Amino acid sequence: MPTWVQLAYLAAGVCFILALKGLSSPRTARRGNLIGAAAAAAATVVVFFQTDLQNVQLIIGAIVIGSVIGAVGARKVQMTQMPQMVALFNGVGGGAAALVALLELSEFLHVGADIESFTAFATAFTVLIGAVSFAGSVVTFAKLQELMTTRPVVFAGMPVVVGLVVVGSIVLTVLLTISPEMPVAVALAVLGLAFGLLLVLPVGGADVPIVISLLNAFTGLTVAASGYILENPLLLIAGTLVGASGTLLTILMAKGMGRSVLNTLFGAFRGGSTLG
Amino acid sequence: MNEPMVWLTIFVLSVFVGVEVVSKVSSTLHTPLMSGANAIHGIILVGAILVTGSTDEPVAIGIGLLAVVLAAINLVGGFVVTDRMLEMFSGKKKPARPAESDDSKVGGAL
Repeated sequence: MPTWVQLAYLAAGVCFILALKGLSSPRTARRGNLIGAAAAAAATVVVFFQTDLQNVQLIIGAIVIGSVIGAVGARKVQMTQMPQMVALFNGVGGGAAALVALLELSEFLHVGADIESFTAFATAFTVLIGAVSFAGSVVTFAKLQELMTTRPVVFAGMPVVVGLVVVGSIVLTVLLTISPEMPVAVALAVLGLAFGLLLVLPVGGADVPIVISLLNAFTGLTVAASGYILENPLLLIAGTLVGASGTLLTILMAKGMGRSVLNTLFGAFRGGSTLG
Repeated sequence: MNEPMVWLTIFVLSVFVGVEVVSKVSSTLHTPLMSGANAIHGIILVGAILVTGSTDEPVAIGIGLLAVVLAAINLVGGFVVTDRMLEMFSGKKKPARPAESDDSKVGGAL
């Protein structure tokens, strides 16, 4: 990686810190957001100079398509529907992180590289949590958009199913860490999707914004882990910033509504009163 | 310092910075801040570009391009929607400065 590229990534990381700082105060919020956007745009240009890349025209085409979809969606959405739009943007980000980790694993296996166990663990983490974030965000979108009931959805034996999914996720994560193979990674992604559904279904409509914030922090951590896998410091810094600030923000939002995060997620399992 | 330690150091320091910068956020800004943070993790676009650019298998290229599209939606959409939220804040505040208490309610309802 050329030194100037590394310096540019460092500058972008600093700008993301300034962006979050700016967004925390009404007077500077809009400027903060613009600083973040400028840094992201600069980093997107700089990455093409990091190494020799193939498929450049296709990649640029895909960036244009995604940018147009994102910008039009964000412009067209009504004010009242902004939270579910944020949920959707978060979900596709988590999905992208999971795909990136899967592709990097397949590339490692393809060239027969030695995969260190911590890199394999980071891959498992990104695939699992990215899929959780994707599926969970789609459900939050469906709830807020009233495509499905906004009441908590629980079924008989749900805690058992959740327990099985959790155990299965841990087993596959350990398995992938010990011997990195593609079928295990894909199975982990599928399990992550199920996990995401089960995590958000029992959450009532009023608590959904808290869950969006939690999934947002999750996606941040997956981006941080992909930064480690790809040896890209900017992804590590940006992802960790979002993961940490998002976790605190989730706690603050829950506190603001007089709830705890755990109660938001699992309250529906504790019997009648929270179901209504 | 060996390399894993360097990464761990960056990670731990970033956790502290991330917590510190948002610790004094006013509650009216919770949703825009979440939205702005959401946009920032769209920087996974950089990762999607790197993996797509380092393969010549058609299937991998296809999946990589899908990741690029998704990440670009996250990144661009995230910043635009955050700007619109904040525009609503400042747009309401400037012309109607006396009705300050009303504004905070609008912000809180976000």
